[in-house]
Amino acid sequence: MAAAPQPTSSLQFILGAVAVPRHWQLGIGPIIAAIVLAIIVVATLFAPLYVPHDPLSMDAVQRLKGPSSEYWLGTDAYGRDLFSRVMIGGQVSLFIGVGAAIVSVFIGLLIGLVSGFFRIADAIIMRIMDSLMAIPSILLAIALVALNGPSLWSVIFAITIPEIPRVVRLVRAVVLSAREEPYVEAAIAVGSSMPKILWKHLMPNTLAPLIVQGTYICASAILTEAILSFLGAGVSTEIPTWGNIMAEGRIYFQIKPSLIFWPGLMLSLCILSINLLGDTARDLLDPRLKKREG
Amino acid sequence: MLGYIIRRILAVIPVMAIVAVFVFLLLRLTPGDPAAILAGDMATPEQLARIRESLGLTDPIHIQFINWVGRLLQGDLGTSLISNTPVMSMIGSRIWPTLQVGTLTIIISVLIAVPMGVIAAWRHRSWIDYAVMSFSVLGFSVPVFVIGYILIKIFSIELRWLPVQGYASPSDGIGAFFSRALLPCLTLATIYVALIARMTRASLLEVLGEDYVRTARAKGVKEKYVLFRHALRNAAVPIMTIIGTGFALLISGVVVTESVFNIPGIGRLTVDAILARDYPVIQAMILLTSAIYVFVNLLIDISYTFIDPRIRY
Amino acid sequence: MFIDKTFHRRWHNARTSVFAAALAAATALGAAAPAHADPDTITAVMHSGLRVLDPIITTAHITRNHGYMIYDVLIAEDENFEPQPQMADWEVSDDNLVYTFTLRDGLKFHDGAPVTAEDAVASLKRWGERDSGGQLIFDVTESLEATDEKTITWKLKEPFPPFLETVAKQSAVPPFIMPKRVAETPSSEPIKEYIGSGPFVFVEEEYQPGVSVTYEKFADYVPREEEASWMAGGKVVNVERVKWVTMPDAQTAINALVAGEIDYIEQPQFDLLPILQGSPDVTVEVRDTLGYQTMGRMNFKHPPFDNVKIRQAALMAMSQEDVLGTLVGNPEYYSVCGAIFGCGTPLGDETGAETLTSGGDIEGAKALLEEAGYDGTPVVLMQPTDVTTLTAQPVVTAQALREAGFKVDMQPMDWQTLVTRRASMSPPAEGGWNLFFTNWMVPEISSPIVNPMLNGRGDEAWFGWPDDPKLEELRAEFIAADSVEAQKEVAKRLQAYTLENVIYVPLGQYVPPQARRNTITGMLPSPVPVFWNVDKTE
Repeated sequence: MAAAPQPTSSLQFILGAVAVPRHWQLGIGPIIAAIVLAIIVVATLFAPLYVPHDPLSMDAVQRLKGPSSEYWLGTDAYGRDLFSRVMIGGQVSLFIGVGAAIVSVFIGLLIGLVSGFFRIADAIIMRIMDSLMAIPSILLAIALVALNGPSLWSVIFAITIPEIPRVVRLVRAVVLSAREEPYVEAAIAVGSSMPKILWKHLMPNTLAPLIVQGTYICASAILTEAILSFLGAGVSTEIPTWGNIMAEGRIYFQIKPSLIFWPGLMLSLCILSINLLGDTARDLLDPRLKKREG
Repeated sequence: MLGYIIRRILAVIPVMAIVAVFVFLLLRLTPGDPAAILAGDMATPEQLARIRESLGLTDPIHIQFINWVGRLLQGDLGTSLISNTPVMSMIGSRIWPTLQVGTLTIIISVLIAVPMGVIAAWRHRSWIDYAVMSFSVLGFSVPVFVIGYILIKIFSIELRWLPVQGYASPSDGIGAFFSRALLPCLTLATIYVALIARMTRASLLEVLGEDYVRTARAKGVKEKYVLFRHALRNAAVPIMTIIGTGFALLISGVVVTESVFNIPGIGRLTVDAILARDYPVIQAMILLTSAIYVFVNLLIDISYTFIDPRIRY
Repeated sequence: MFIDKTFHRRWHNARTSVFAAALAAATALGAAAPAHADPDTITAVMHSGLRVLDPIITTAHITRNHGYMIYDVLIAEDENFEPQPQMADWEVSDDNLVYTFTLRDGLKFHDGAPVTAEDAVASLKRWGERDSGGQLIFDVTESLEATDEKTITWKLKEPFPPFLETVAKQSAVPPFIMPKRVAETPSSEPIKEYIGSGPFVFVEEEYQPGVSVTYEKFADYVPREEEASWMAGGKVVNVERVKWVTMPDAQTAINALVAGEIDYIEQPQFDLLPILQGSPDVTVEVRDTLGYQTMGRMNFKHPPFDNVKIRQAALMAMSQEDVLGTLVGNPEYYSVCGAIFGCGTPLGDETGAETLTSGGDIEGAKALLEEAGYDGTPVVLMQPTDVTTLTAQPVVTAQALREAGFKVDMQPMDWQTLVTRRASMSPPAEGGWNLFFTNWMVPEISSPIVNPMLNGRGDEAWFGWPDDPKLEELRAEFIAADSVEAQKEVAKRLQAYTLENVIYVPLGQYVPPQARRNTITGMLPSPVPVFWNVDKTE
């Protein structure tokens, strides 16, 4: 499950083809997005300092209560404070998003560099990546969570695995075109060591597209976590996330929509901002990208 | 070109083979014992062991794998461990709702998204462009199940226009079918529309900047002909590509949507099977969905050669 | 190819109308919801999807309910917990060693063949291999034979006073009577043919595992003359078809009932009842007043719960009110009850459960824990994430245990993983466990014979494996008790012993109400939901 366009063999269509204004000017959109995202990040990061309740402490008497001065957004089915859970849950959701992005980008980068540079490895790696991509990512993720149990790391792992092939393809495409460049050929000719060529000459080329891809993976991971929770394969509710707060609250949608509304709003705002910033980053970086791939 | 098509089809074989091995190994590493679910709460350890043996779960893994592949090559997908029905007939009875809803979703999405993208590109940087772009980002940002619940709330509960849930086969009456399929399709379509509208707009903007379009405009060709005959036609390849890759999104959307709307399709079948560790069903379903994905993308790749005269292999 | 010259024209014409037209068409035609319109079919949403069709191989409730639809039983329990004749009458010899059952006239299987004593014998034998109560009887059985077409003679080596109650048991595995050829399937393999002699016929073509199952009225079924009472009496079918459908989403089912798309929900989610109660066409009511017992079981094999004092401390920390309040919410649908055999049953007695029923005693638990020398070994608590009636217990208990000074390692998992893992005798760190929760229908735990937790035979016992000869002694005493008073006296001692040694922790009873359209009438107030006696009016 990816919430953003996924690079494929026709990479340039998806990453490259989204139009770049010829004379790029930063609109108001990205600025608002940056501010919203900054507020969400700061608010959730410092949540433990100011939330009024322990997000885990239950009170059977206070179940499913409406907003009050004590419980700002009301309580959930266990009598836990919704506001505290949403703020702390945001921390975890963001952690899952950023974690999945970093891990998949890092692993994808390593595999992609190898694949793009070594012809022999390439054939095998790309067949495996094609196969991984053919498996519907959400089914793969549920199976992986079932395999490892619904812990935080296992969910991150399950979200990461299906993302890796997309990163690999991206890196490989960049490396393939970059290795034809004179300075890389020169480095090969003078006998620089392989790791050095890979790291010093090829890797930097991949940075820009990877940053863009990373933001999309981050947004997609947050969303995927919510869907895994919905399907009963998410993180335990002892660790609140936007996804599992919504998943737990979904049966109360008609009598207490706020259980879905607030985490849903935060999640959507957050993903919206990340996607917008990703688009902006891509547009800014795009001319270079296009030249390389064209 | 024929050579290309054959090469492309042959390339599918190793992909599917790796998927098969991978899925089999993944499942056998998963903790969980279908015998325990089968036997229920009161079974004793000794009874469990006997059931496990009768299900063939005590054989060594490589034997199980060889047996499975052997049967697979003869077209036998095995029998569900839990319900004891052939997997083939389970798929047979459950694939139609998914295919129908999926196809309808793609049609609805294309009908909505392509015009949206065209208008956005045509009125580039107007409010309508921003509206379309906002919608397309929003479509990625709201979880599918939330969209489903909102639609149910509005159309089924408040307005009472459509049934809350369920599935009716087109043979039960076309009205019954559409009335039940419409909300799931719209739910699923949100992501797809976002994706396709975005791609249409982007490709169109690119094409609109090309010389021949400017020439056409300069020659006074009507705007709608410029847009649809010249521009959209040339933007068709990226749009087709995104429909193919978006197919993966559709599959994950289907899994969720089928739960929300209670559609007895293969998405739910698979999730239920995973939660019950019904190995033969999970293996068959993942193989099947992967095969569909590969097949759809194969078709699209091949169709490029027909759509876009510039592409030759 | 969707992009061609005509595309824009088609689109132009269609763009304004397609959405509106689809909506309008759907609105006009779609209102014809088949379930509601058909007065001869009851569409019901049961508590779970039917996937296993062999009611002997599994103890799953949904499969047992399916069993009651298509099979019949020799004798059955009525609402006073008394065995009554159903397919057969019986006679007992004076020495209580020979039971003779005589099949009544007119019994037929769905394929038209008459039911014979041989069919019954084969069915009883297969049941005896699987059911815990059945195993006890077969332990003392000398012979079980069909002495003629209609007579079954069952000879015992020694008296088994609760014999009839066990054969008439309604849960979890009742001795359903199947044709001999089906009943000869080994009891470790599921049956492959689904033919019974019960009031409904299973429609195999329409069966979709986990999704829907359809039953048709069996035209040749001859009901008994007596008034229906629980599982006993005349099973008169008043509708043509009953269809069970599964809805994985609780809310979807609720909305469908209000909209009239379905007729019945066996167990609507407690918190969603207000939506149903707001609908004038729907009745929410308690069908089965006994309901369910929710309980916790500790693992006797591994620290910390291998120490009886630490088990006692844990029990002392727990509060039924907290668990039930969170699980159920509305006090109308739960009751605090410290009886291991359930409140409202003949053997129900609450000795020794004072802390459980009065809100727990955290301070007492702390003191006891200290006295026991608890070394901080974490309690591995298994939490199922996908069973709504089991999500609250672990969460609430974990909090109570932590307050009492326990270190709790709550491990979430799906129910499938849980049932697999609870069978593991390994230490918690190596894939084992310390504590889990489950729910029982009260008739399943209402006597020492059926209650699976009271088995004290170590590795052969139910998950948790208490090795407790005293418990076994008490159970044997109960089986040997030959009067109701004597049984009650032993049961009382078992109650006290169970709580003192924390064999398991009863956490109270809850009664999930059912919801039906007002057009559905005459449902029996039995623990097992049955569809005979039910009427559907227009």
